[in-house]
Amino acid sequence: MLPAFLLRIGHLFRKELLAILKDRSSRVILVMPVLMQSLLFGYAATYDLARVDYALLDQSRGAASTALIARLDGTGVFRRAATLASPEQIAALVNRQDALVVIQIPPDFERRLHAGEEAPIQVIIDARNSNTAGMASGYIASVVSAFNDEWRQRHGGASAPVRVEARAWFNPNLETRWYILPGMIAAISMIQTLLLTALSVAREREQGTFDQLLVTPLSPTEIMIGKALPPVFVGLVQSTIVLLIARLWFGVPMAGSVVTLYIGLAFFTVASVGIGLSISAVSANMQQAMLYTFMLIMPMMLLSGFATPVSNMPEALQIATLANPLRFAIDLVQRVYLEGVGLAAVWHNLIPLFIIAAITLPLAAWLFRHRLA
Amino acid sequence: MTGPARNRFWQRLIALTRKETRQLIRDPGSIAIGVLLPIVLILLFGYGLSLDVKNAPMAVVLEDASPAAAQAVAGLQLTPYISPVPLASMREAEALMRDRKVDGIVRLPGDFSRRLAAGDATIQVIVHGADAAKANIILRYATGALTQDALRRADLAGGAALGGGIGQVSIEQRLWFNSANTSTWYLVPGLIALIMTLVGAFLTALVMAREWERGTLEALFVTPARPVEILLAKIIPYFIVGMAGLLLCLAAARFLFAVPMHGSLAAVVVSAMFYLLVAVGMGLVISSVTRNQFLASQLALILSFLPSLMLSGFLFDLRNVPTPINVIGHAVPATYFIELLRTLFLAGNVWSLVVRDCLILLVYAAVLLGIARVVTRKRLD
Repeated sequence: MLPAFLLRIGHLFRKELLAILKDRSSRVILVMPVLMQSLLFGYAATYDLARVDYALLDQSRGAASTALIARLDGTGVFRRAATLASPEQIAALVNRQDALVVIQIPPDFERRLHAGEEAPIQVIIDARNSNTAGMASGYIASVVSAFNDEWRQRHGGASAPVRVEARAWFNPNLETRWYILPGMIAAISMIQTLLLTALSVAREREQGTFDQLLVTPLSPTEIMIGKALPPVFVGLVQSTIVLLIARLWFGVPMAGSVVTLYIGLAFFTVASVGIGLSISAVSANMQQAMLYTFMLIMPMMLLSGFATPVSNMPEALQIATLANPLRFAIDLVQRVYLEGVGLAAVWHNLIPLFIIAAITLPLAAWLFRHRLA
Repeated sequence: MTGPARNRFWQRLIALTRKETRQLIRDPGSIAIGVLLPIVLILLFGYGLSLDVKNAPMAVVLEDASPAAAQAVAGLQLTPYISPVPLASMREAEALMRDRKVDGIVRLPGDFSRRLAAGDATIQVIVHGADAAKANIILRYATGALTQDALRRADLAGGAALGGGIGQVSIEQRLWFNSANTSTWYLVPGLIALIMTLVGAFLTALVMAREWERGTLEALFVTPARPVEILLAKIIPYFIVGMAGLLLCLAAARFLFAVPMHGSLAAVVVSAMFYLLVAVGMGLVISSVTRNQFLASQLALILSFLPSLMLSGFLFDLRNVPTPINVIGHAVPATYFIELLRTLFLAGNVWSLVVRDCLILLVYAAVLLGIARVVTRKRLD
């Protein structure tokens, strides 16, 4: 009995895989975009400050202001885009986005500094992108603080009595790429896994071949398993492509075990396929299936912790993300990849994924049968 | 073109548009994606997406029980970005950090007060690097809070002896265009662009691909209607749905998220119209080239949605990416629309930028719609 059952599923698996891979454009679209996206987005997805164009309005023109600016230029991040002669020029420059930062050093800067007073400089930052603005602001603050330190020491002050020794776990240089790329291992494959599954039944229904499938000896459960396995396979292959690029091309070191990672990915892909199959079962045609899928993909991507932290979301939305398999997958992949934890430390991610799969797969099977009746 | 011919053009266009509008209205899925989805998405993401760090939990381990040590970390209480969690041991703190219950650890070693007296005390700050952007911000604020506090006390103690202060540079900072300093203000305009991409490109690509696949478009081609008229009639209803979605998004941005609108509303609407044409054009080209629903949906995703999300400056500032990626990012139309919206919302009518970006969008629209027309006609013959 069991071999026959497996044999039937095997046949359907082969048929489904052929349906996905039979024409060249489908094959290309399953591999090329994943490759391109992980390369492109691997470079593009960064919150790290790489280049800040600034404009300088130095009304002091003294040794101190020159020394301060030299420190800023020395960071390698700040590049002078313009040297201004009067404050009237500032607005137009910033409005046009020619400079992100304008540093204005007033005429009495040098005098105040030597008189032992506080010498303010004005820093204007274009905060249309508040994240970049915040980073730039922090950078300037640390440059000024280093300048102050040196100034104090040169003028007989006590050096700072406390030194902060900073260390970052799991990502010593705090590079965004190190956590975005592992996240993409799950996120990119999810998109196509969902679409493939959602379309699989809907396509047959639209073309009328689903009825033919129903008159075969296959039971609805077997049909469902046969439909579910090829997308799981495709999803895992896509995850592997992203994993290889993260590891080999971008050289993000992998701390955890590949086996643990794939156990997690398998749970995740099955849960995604469960969602896709449920969509497929409720959609009357391909178009509906795609619309529903797309309506889910966007919230699932953006509310997963992939690009912005889940802990920043309001309480109610954080609860809503409990139904999002990608949220757990991203946490899991990051932990295994970056932190190198074992299965014991990620079970709290595996259980929700299992629950999602345990609800959606029987639901899809029930919907198929329901449709039959 | 003669008078009657032109009349017939309008007659056919109106008739076709009416047909397409009915088709759209009778397809609840399309209406949902056009009107309901934008409002759901902007609510979800407007509230859900935030890059601001507030009250990040940070473990504080004092291995030195002296008052000096307690005083040294007092500064952490003052910053709104960090909420200190006092813990007894490093082991406990590390366990919490592994579970991501705290984002960082501040550790004062046992010899802190002795070394403070000697003037070379160290405080260890460890952050969890898995979310690097957040870790960076926390690290910066913690360091600032810890060192400034110590410096201030050193000045109080040493100031009398020196008989006068030492000059120091202070920063008077002004954040232009985002006085609230919240990431919501920068994300919401980008969200509008993302939603318009979805409505314009994805919906059009899907609907048209289905017509190609089912051959209902061929049925239209045997009528006297010309390809231009058929295309226009297809675009108009979706264009109107997209504009309705836009107005809902604008209202949400203004009244729910209190994003200021410094520029002119007319400029926003006009640039949105241009962008919607670009998106619809992209959808048309994708569907006419693929003529297959699966491929069309994939291509719409790959060519319109994902680049608008990842390469447009919506989240990741293009100023920070390597030059080749920057160039690719500037080939994505959404980049210009997002720049336009952000400028019009937050900065005001910066005409040089607005006009330039509008022109770029218009060129994209013209090229894409032109290609759509050519592709449609060629395949007809």
